[in-house]
Amino acid sequence: MANLLLQGLLGPLTEPAPDADPAASAELARLAAEVGKAARRRLGRSLSIREVDAGSCNACELEINALSNSYYDIERFGLRFVASPRHADVLLVTGPVTKNMRQALERTYEATPGPKWVVAAGDCAGGCGLFADSYACVGRVADVLPVDLHIPGCPPTPLALLSGLLGLLEVNQAPGRPLSARQREIGS
Amino acid sequence: MTARPPFLAKLTGRAEPDATKRRWRRYPIDPAAWDELCGALGTGLDLVSLWGEPGAVHMALREGDEAVIVTLPCPSGRYPSVGRLHAPAVRLERAVQDLTGLVAEGLPDARPWLDHNRWGVRHPLWSAEPVAADGAPYPFLPVEGEGLHQIPVGPVHAGVIEPGHFRFTVNGEAVVRLEQRLGYAHKGTAALMTGAPLAHAGRLAGRISGDSTVAYALAFALAVEEATGSQVPDRAQWLRGLMAELERLANHLGDIGAIANDAAFAILHAHTGMLREQVLRASHTAFGHRLMMDRIVPGGVAQDLAAEGRAAIAATVGHIRRVFPKLVEVYDETNSLQDRVVGTGVVRPEWVNQFATGGFVGRAAGRAFDARRWAAYAPYHSLTVEPPVFEQGDVNARVWVRIREVEQSLTLIDRMLETLPSDPILAPLGSGPAAGPETEGAALVESFRGDVFFWVRVTAEGRVAACHFRDPSWFQWPLLEAAVEANIVADFPLCNKSFNCAYSGHDG
Repeated sequence: MANLLLQGLLGPLTEPAPDADPAASAELARLAAEVGKAARRRLGRSLSIREVDAGSCNACELEINALSNSYYDIERFGLRFVASPRHADVLLVTGPVTKNMRQALERTYEATPGPKWVVAAGDCAGGCGLFADSYACVGRVADVLPVDLHIPGCPPTPLALLSGLLGLLEVNQAPGRPLSARQREIGS
Repeated sequence: MTARPPFLAKLTGRAEPDATKRRWRRYPIDPAAWDELCGALGTGLDLVSLWGEPGAVHMALREGDEAVIVTLPCPSGRYPSVGRLHAPAVRLERAVQDLTGLVAEGLPDARPWLDHNRWGVRHPLWSAEPVAADGAPYPFLPVEGEGLHQIPVGPVHAGVIEPGHFRFTVNGEAVVRLEQRLGYAHKGTAALMTGAPLAHAGRLAGRISGDSTVAYALAFALAVEEATGSQVPDRAQWLRGLMAELERLANHLGDIGAIANDAAFAILHAHTGMLREQVLRASHTAFGHRLMMDRIVPGGVAQDLAAEGRAAIAATVGHIRRVFPKLVEVYDETNSLQDRVVGTGVVRPEWVNQFATGGFVGRAAGRAFDARRWAAYAPYHSLTVEPPVFEQGDVNARVWVRIREVEQSLTLIDRMLETLPSDPILAPLGSGPAAGPETEGAALVESFRGDVFFWVRVTAEGRVAACHFRDPSWFQWPLLEAAVEANIVADFPLCNKSFNCAYSGHDG
């Protein structure tokens, strides 16, 4: 046991942060323009994330869970998963939004205090079409909630998820001020 | 197992089980034979699955080495309930009723199961009549008694997990009853697969449950290959096995840590999380996708092992072999953790035998069944799989099954890498063994969670005419309800994680 603890101290596996997703830069620039000063002040440099599985196959959840392992260590960026929408700034939504989950998703959104963002994670959540024609699915998260950012992938890799979420943090900095070097390097 | 004469041999007219060609042949039967089979279920005759299509209901059954599908025509839309005599069929019959409208006469619980009255359509696999999507409230079972109160949980949970609803009735700290409500992740996958070209249907099959994408894609491919009489190249068979074991390894490592984490023992979670990540990275190096989605296709595999894949897998296996025993030691010797897992959430052997429960839930309570050994599909026909069996049926036993299976998977992966033949990886599908416009096939594949059943009917043009899949969770979820009874509420997450049942896989 002591050895295990020691091992964790001696050789951290945590990798440097990826850059914010360049593919999402247009979406993020628009967001940056929209986020008011007041909202920016309230959200600060840390974001609390409530994950909502709106009917995914669970592959997205596997990769979202991987964000908490030692390689990605998402909490070093001030990003953390919270147990209740009441504590959340961001809803991270996966799945083709099944009709059986639509109401729960809407209620979760209503229970989240503003200012808040919605991130649609994965191809289903973005409307890839695989489940689109089903009698049981709504189709896209954007058909149910206002989506601020979409992170594609089937499932998105942890790095893709991290890039997208770091972009959100950057949006939240004062305009023209990207993440500080310290923020990027903590833990890496 | 009873001493009675085997049912299925009588049905199939074979005196001896046919061990060389274990096909899921389908036999039409009459209501009398249906009743006789229903009465025998659970006494060594396992219900593998039950599903409906317009005008007929099917049961897949297994007895010893024998396996069949029986079909009861029911043009009137009614059939004698299996669940009235054999409880494991109840939820399946509720699902059949929701999807096709076929009514199981005498079904003790006829409430809807997958249909939450939100689809805007009723009986989507048969009449598909439009209805109002008004989300009528679900009648939970009534609970009466002094001092009882209820805790509703979900479908949105506190953790990053799939959606489902748990209704706890508790007396003080103790759970008096857990009632599950599932179906939130129902995506109509079987309906989407029906009519689809095989390649597209295969992509859907790989998204029935993401954590078992390899197992589902394999089950679908094997069923299609049986239907079309196709031969799969040797190399493809061994690569499939390799992917299946990598998937098992990643999931078991994740589960072992997650169970410890639910007992607030985070360091084990941190360490197994690293090992899991290494397996996913090796899988990505080897096959170009961390979860190996869309790599197994009917006829073979879509992607060969990358040049650097072999070394990546071998290095990961070697590393796990060095590190894992230390983690097991910590698990086994930490009293505070053992205090939480030993004797918690006990599943009794008679339950797993009645429900034909597979995977770690079944093997932790004395049921040795493993589809890799029983069905012996390639490449397991030439490998030794010894299912680890424990008797206690508690959280601890379910962890130990996983520990032993991690060790076995490491050995299997070594063997597979050694043996890997150098054939092509994909062959064209055959035209089918039977004359006629449509042919059928079925397969049972061991996912990390237990046996996945897939049945498919294929048209001559290479499309899915009809299909059905049954996740192992169908026969595990009900036992979770039973296992948590009299446990404290705080131990539910621990019990639940040790079962790790599928939501999407179950809901379809």
